[in-house]
Amino acid sequence: MRVTVDQDKCVGSGQCVLAAERVFDQRDEDGIVVLLDAEPSADQHDDVRQAALVCPALAIELAE
Amino acid sequence: MTAPPFRRGRPYPDGDLVMTAAPRPPSRVVVVGASAAGLAAVEGLRRLGYAGSLTLVGDEPHLPYDRPPLSKQLLSGEWDTDRLRMRTPEVLEGLDLDLRLGEPAAALDTAAREVVLAGGERLPYDALVVATGLTPRRIPGAEGVTGAYVLRTVEDALALRDHLGRKPRMVVAGAGFVGAEAAAVAVAAGADVTLVSAAPVPLADVLGDEIGTMLAGVHREHGVRMETGALVTAVTSADGAATGVRLSDGREIAADAVVMGVGAVPAIGWLAGSGLSLGDGVECDATLYAGSGVWAAGDVACWLAPRTGRPTRVEHRTHAAESGLAVARNILAGPGAGQPFDPVPFVWSDQYDLRIQIYGRTRGADEVRVVERGAGPRELVALYRSGDRVCGVVGVNRPRQTRGYRALVAQGADWHEAVGTQDAAPVAG
Repeated sequence: MRVTVDQDKCVGSGQCVLAAERVFDQRDEDGIVVLLDAEPSADQHDDVRQAALVCPALAIELAE
Repeated sequence: MTAPPFRRGRPYPDGDLVMTAAPRPPSRVVVVGASAAGLAAVEGLRRLGYAGSLTLVGDEPHLPYDRPPLSKQLLSGEWDTDRLRMRTPEVLEGLDLDLRLGEPAAALDTAAREVVLAGGERLPYDALVVATGLTPRRIPGAEGVTGAYVLRTVEDALALRDHLGRKPRMVVAGAGFVGAEAAAVAVAAGADVTLVSAAPVPLADVLGDEIGTMLAGVHREHGVRMETGALVTAVTSADGAATGVRLSDGREIAADAVVMGVGAVPAIGWLAGSGLSLGDGVECDATLYAGSGVWAAGDVACWLAPRTGRPTRVEHRTHAAESGLAVARNILAGPGAGQPFDPVPFVWSDQYDLRIQIYGRTRGADEVRVVERGAGPRELVALYRSGDRVCGVVGVNRPRQTRGYRALVAQGADWHEAVGTQDAAPVAG
């Protein structure tokens, strides 16, 4: 799985961090997504898919 | 939420006993509504292994697209329509859907378990998801009048954007999030904007007086005129074109563009006579089940929220995705075996350089307390109290920090413990 994020689309909702905190974080100053792990291990995949599904800005793309 | 260890003797809501044969898993699922909630439901079903037939019905002719940018990036021209697309055609193809776009559902026959499309075709289902969203309210006098806009569809937003290019005199009726965002975009585009709010302080019912006052101040700074404590009772027009609005106090405001941001109602007209329980939306149990093999997701679902024990409807973008996924899970579990849907609602609004984020339910809170401030006067986090519990948190330009307080909302934390170490701090205007 390869994860990409679109920081221009991100609205700083933090829903991705709630779903997969080992893969996503937010910048302190404006809450925009920070990708911690672009190729998460298999045990993270379900959480990352959940993050992509609930992202209200559609800012997370997955290539599997 | 932990499931109880034993279900012995506990009847399903439908009246079937647990000991009866497990219901046959559905092999025909129809989802009516091809926006965020409907899309989450079909994606959730496939992701959870559902391999039966799956039909997605949408009244608009477009592939599923996202609505929050309509009053923000699309309206401002920062984005074009292709950025609204929720999934690529290839991803949708991979879901193996019978995609019925531009075909409104006209009726529901729960006895035959069939959805009737406007063209007369009948779609049989074992499980049906109603995700038909909202219909925006219109103001008397707006019917058929050019220059009077709602903001719900991409066509609505493009028509208004086109009008903004002519720098109109504009009245925005309603200062909720859609109206306030439209006003912010319009004034930046050079329109002459008056924002009319029924409440004395815009958004006070949601955010409280203090943050509402701060927001109103930001609108004024940017050149938006505010008319507060007044309802727009009519759109006035001449020769089929808007000329302005009439207010509840009798005054008239001239305008050639009128935006109706006065809320929306659940799109349930097509369900009349179906036997479903309809009120403020499709009434569901805590698992989003409405009976007769019907489930509801998104704006249209009025479900018994475990968090409050009250029938609840949420019109947020994240709610659409979360409830669609929950319905997918619960359809596959079967009626009576689904998990209660118990989200912490989340919504955001971008106005000027303000990023507002809300977790939980803040409307009608008993108290608002600022618990954290940033370096600037418009950076803060506030907690909201209902009874003796924390019911919500609002952040202004503090997204990451605001998320840190979400756990208090999720737990329904004790108010005094949550704010006990914080000094009361007034909100700067």
